[in-house]
Amino acid sequence: MIHLAPGDPVQIIQGDVPMELQPLKEFYILYGLDQPLHVQYWNWLKRIVMLDFGRSFAPHGRPVLTMIAERLPITLTLNVIEMIIIVALAIPVGVMSATRQYSTFDKSTTIFVFVGFATPDFWLAVMLQIFFGVHLGWLPISGLRLPVWEYLPFWQQQWDFASHLILPITVATFGGLAGFSRYMRQSMLEVIRQDYVQSARAKGLAESVVIGKHALRNALLPIVTVLGLSLPGLIGGSVIVETIFAIPGMGQLMVQAVFERDYPVIMGNLVIVASLTLLANLIADLTYSLIDPRIRVGRRGRR
Amino acid sequence: MRAPFPCRPLAAVALLALAAAGCSADAGGSAERLSQPSAAPATPAYGDTFIDSLLGNISSLIPTITSDSASHEVGGRIYSGLVNFDKDLNPVGDLAESWEYSADCRELTFKLRPGVKWHDGRPFTADDVVFTFETIVDARTPSPYKSEYGLVEFVRAEGPGVVRVRYTQPFAKALMNWATAMLPKHLLEKYVREGKIREAPQNWSAPIGTGPYKFKELRSGEKVVLVSNPDYWDGRPYISRIVYRIIPSQATTFLELKARGVDATALTALQYKRQTNYRAFEHAYRKFNHPGNGYTYIGFNLKDPRFADRRVRQAFAHAINKREVIEGVRLGLAREATGPYKPGTWVYTDKVKTYPFDMAKARRLLAEAGWRPGEGGLLMKDGKPFTFELLTNQGNDERKKVAEIAQAQLRELGVTVEIRTLEWAALLKEHIKKRNFEAIVLGWGIGIDPDQFVVWHSSQSGPDQLNHISYANPEVDQMLEAGRTTCVRADRLKYYHRLQEILAEDQPLLFLYFSDALPVVSSRVYGIDPGPNGIRFRSEKWFVPQPLQRYTAG
Amino acid sequence: MKDFWRALRRNRLALVGGVVVAILFVLAIAAGVLSPHDPHKPDIKRILDPPSARHWLGTDQIGRDVLSRMLYGARVSLAVGFVSVGIATAIGIALGAAAGYHGGTVDAAVMRLVDLMLVFPRFFLLLAVLAFLKPSIWTIMVVIGVTGWMGVARLVRAEFLALKEREFVLWSQSVGASAFRIIWRHILPNAMAPVLVAMTLGIPAAILTESGLSFLGLGVRPPYATWGNILNDGKEVIELAWWLSAYPGIAILVTVLSYNLLGEGIRDALDPRLRQNVGRFGGRGR
Repeated sequence: MIHLAPGDPVQIIQGDVPMELQPLKEFYILYGLDQPLHVQYWNWLKRIVMLDFGRSFAPHGRPVLTMIAERLPITLTLNVIEMIIIVALAIPVGVMSATRQYSTFDKSTTIFVFVGFATPDFWLAVMLQIFFGVHLGWLPISGLRLPVWEYLPFWQQQWDFASHLILPITVATFGGLAGFSRYMRQSMLEVIRQDYVQSARAKGLAESVVIGKHALRNALLPIVTVLGLSLPGLIGGSVIVETIFAIPGMGQLMVQAVFERDYPVIMGNLVIVASLTLLANLIADLTYSLIDPRIRVGRRGRR
Repeated sequence: MRAPFPCRPLAAVALLALAAAGCSADAGGSAERLSQPSAAPATPAYGDTFIDSLLGNISSLIPTITSDSASHEVGGRIYSGLVNFDKDLNPVGDLAESWEYSADCRELTFKLRPGVKWHDGRPFTADDVVFTFETIVDARTPSPYKSEYGLVEFVRAEGPGVVRVRYTQPFAKALMNWATAMLPKHLLEKYVREGKIREAPQNWSAPIGTGPYKFKELRSGEKVVLVSNPDYWDGRPYISRIVYRIIPSQATTFLELKARGVDATALTALQYKRQTNYRAFEHAYRKFNHPGNGYTYIGFNLKDPRFADRRVRQAFAHAINKREVIEGVRLGLAREATGPYKPGTWVYTDKVKTYPFDMAKARRLLAEAGWRPGEGGLLMKDGKPFTFELLTNQGNDERKKVAEIAQAQLRELGVTVEIRTLEWAALLKEHIKKRNFEAIVLGWGIGIDPDQFVVWHSSQSGPDQLNHISYANPEVDQMLEAGRTTCVRADRLKYYHRLQEILAEDQPLLFLYFSDALPVVSSRVYGIDPGPNGIRFRSEKWFVPQPLQRYTAG
Repeated sequence: MKDFWRALRRNRLALVGGVVVAILFVLAIAAGVLSPHDPHKPDIKRILDPPSARHWLGTDQIGRDVLSRMLYGARVSLAVGFVSVGIATAIGIALGAAAGYHGGTVDAAVMRLVDLMLVFPRFFLLLAVLAFLKPSIWTIMVVIGVTGWMGVARLVRAEFLALKEREFVLWSQSVGASAFRIIWRHILPNAMAPVLVAMTLGIPAAILTESGLSFLGLGVRPPYATWGNILNDGKEVIELAWWLSAYPGIAILVTVLSYNLLGEGIRDALDPRLRQNVGRFGGRGR
């Protein structure tokens, strides 16, 4: 069979005999781009609410929603774990840097923060794969599970899954951790300077009580919002992490769809990811009012 | 669990130093050898899992409607055709036991192998063959292979074990048509009738074929699992499971290979030549090298008056040093192309005009065509400098390098080349189909049969057709027509030799090289029989001797 | 202003950052003079040569000099940073100023647009937009710019809200100066400090974003060399030719680090109060 091939196995469509022109046309009809603007808008809204993104242009022609649904849990799991790790590490680090401003600890975390911001994550990822995957052979290089995972005993399955997550999660948390610990430190510094903290100290309360009970609680408030706002950043980072580590999540799906110009998948992905962000912001807002009962819905607009 | 390649133990923690001290050069002083006896007993044994790697996602599990290599690789194990091509590219029976041409070359009668069963236990019959044909030619089936069947007059089942095919004219490639995957009528018929073959469960979650392996599981973007088919007509395959891991990056796949996370992949020239020559690797893997089935070329839009002038194309052929391109891009792992046929195949001839690297001659030819050096040595004609855009597809490093080397070499000549890379889909849609390009670096995958009507015939230059350079030469048309309508090999040889002569003279494209395919397979796998057709023919006969089996599971 | 320079000079890290940024600029501008070799010229006899006296940073897969490519790459990478941040800033100032000065419906509309844009993870949005456009270096710059203006818009708006009640503005309004003139001549100059900081911090983010796109194979295309491109080429041969991955990686790291140090230094020097307003989030451009 004679064919024109991209010759690059990564890009999988081979423009074979009748190179189809269909996709873009289908896309136009699917999204009614031939209709007047207000009709388009209305139809679009309707489709989004119904989560109807149509079918993929790929030969399997599967519904976009199904394709996303099988990948969403993976991306979500990764991001939730990342978030937990970030919070768990960034809060103590931030608090310690703030309470010991200008100490060696503070200075070294500052350096870490700046390096964390500046390290290209894809570069870090490849370095870690080579070091821990090939040289030391301690950790799996890519994927989510061993190919023969089904045949492992239960605990080995769990360990196998966890070990596959270590490298990608390390890479994904690296930048975020730097940002959060910095923010936490800043937030803590502001609070410590406040009058009520000073007066708590003046009352002779133990330093740990001052920090733990009065300062920390108030310093945490803005963090909750920031956490919600940073979700898009984390999910955005999964594009690169999932591609390098061959993790079948939404980021990888997005990259493939872009390469293949699979427009329904691109649009579906975008909408779902945006909805996730909205949801996360909502949760953050609710949590915010839970932590601080003084705050009522009316005052939130200030943010 | 994982036995990594033993590398020099590294104390340095700095990641950077690490990459520098890579274990590619030597891997001596190993702490742990791969547990593999050097002289293993080569008795076939059942069992073990073979972990293959795919760089692309699966796009469909009905090969008839897809054209990507990953889907075809998997589909090829699940499905089978009436005929197959052996390691030397000779046709052999698969689901057909034998076949016969009629005297006028227009009819082909297949005698089907008795007792073949679909994976669900139903018998495979002549009706399935007819159904497969009807599916492909059905207007609502999105099959890229429709045009291959344009000359079929009818396909008829003459009893459960006999199929008769008739063509409207003698068709040299007739047998090729029937190497296509046979589809199960009893499962797919209702979807095909409704024009919804893509939505059939067989396309994604439950494919049923007659091949050596049965489908077990597909996890999108992660893996495909196949298990051996105990009822396969040629006996149960030795290796009991095949897992295809989907790893969308060649760099990651190579790291996985070194960490023994996959058993097979295809190497790049650099990996083959310079990254796999250490003992541990050679111990754990077997490298192969066979001529690949495609050539890389620089094509010109012949509608562009500059390129319509044959002297310009010939000048470029002289100015671009093919040896240097092959050395630079493939580290020598390729064969120079003199035309569209692979050296070493029956149709190939080297008695054609060649274009040795010769800048003086190139300049002379260009001067004849009216291109003379102007200021700064740039070639000018009618006050305009010779500048063109060279397009290629994004993600193919090799073609990018070809473009970059050609750019540098043509600059010596005073021609300015601007390189642009685009994603494959965009390149096809926006540029190739609309004939909106000046020059391209691309590759043609060639088939087993020498018929290249669709590429060179002047009738094939419509927007959706493959003669996208708009080549037209009446004598070429004649040769192509004659070559495809006879089934006498000696006659075809004459036509195709003449075709190669004209193409070499005309240089409608700069034929650059045929790359070598460089597959690598775990050395615990035995029974690999390489040939001009590669290593995959009859891979169901591969086996892992008992003591070497790595995955006891399954 | 004097205070500003004094404060900036006292911040040693920021100073180092500033010096490195300045050096980078000189290197990028003088790339044509400094490059020991032609960055585009292949040399098949020197494929993947390790660093040597002839090629200080080694050669790439078709024998091109990595140092020369990195120098030219600095040009493109910095240009991508500057142009895209310039675009983002221009949009951000225009919309932020309109929202802050006029308030009411305009404000509401602009802020809703900001909210809408912020809902999309930037990298997803970038990829989606790129899928519809023809790839070129300009497309990349514009797309990075168009998806990154929201922070600036918020900042400018906040400054405007504060400044427009000040006497000099009220006085100008009372003498009948046009809105454009008031914004341009009176408010904007006073609102520029945080914008400047945001720009300094935005450039490294844009550079990282571009290199990430290049790494995926969706960034700036040849013949332009960018650090991201060189890295992308290098990833296939990372164990064979560490210099192809290490040097551009370090270049990106150092550049981004320097800009960040400089940016934070400027911020602290301008006004410690700004610490709160100029958030670091989204700083990595994802």
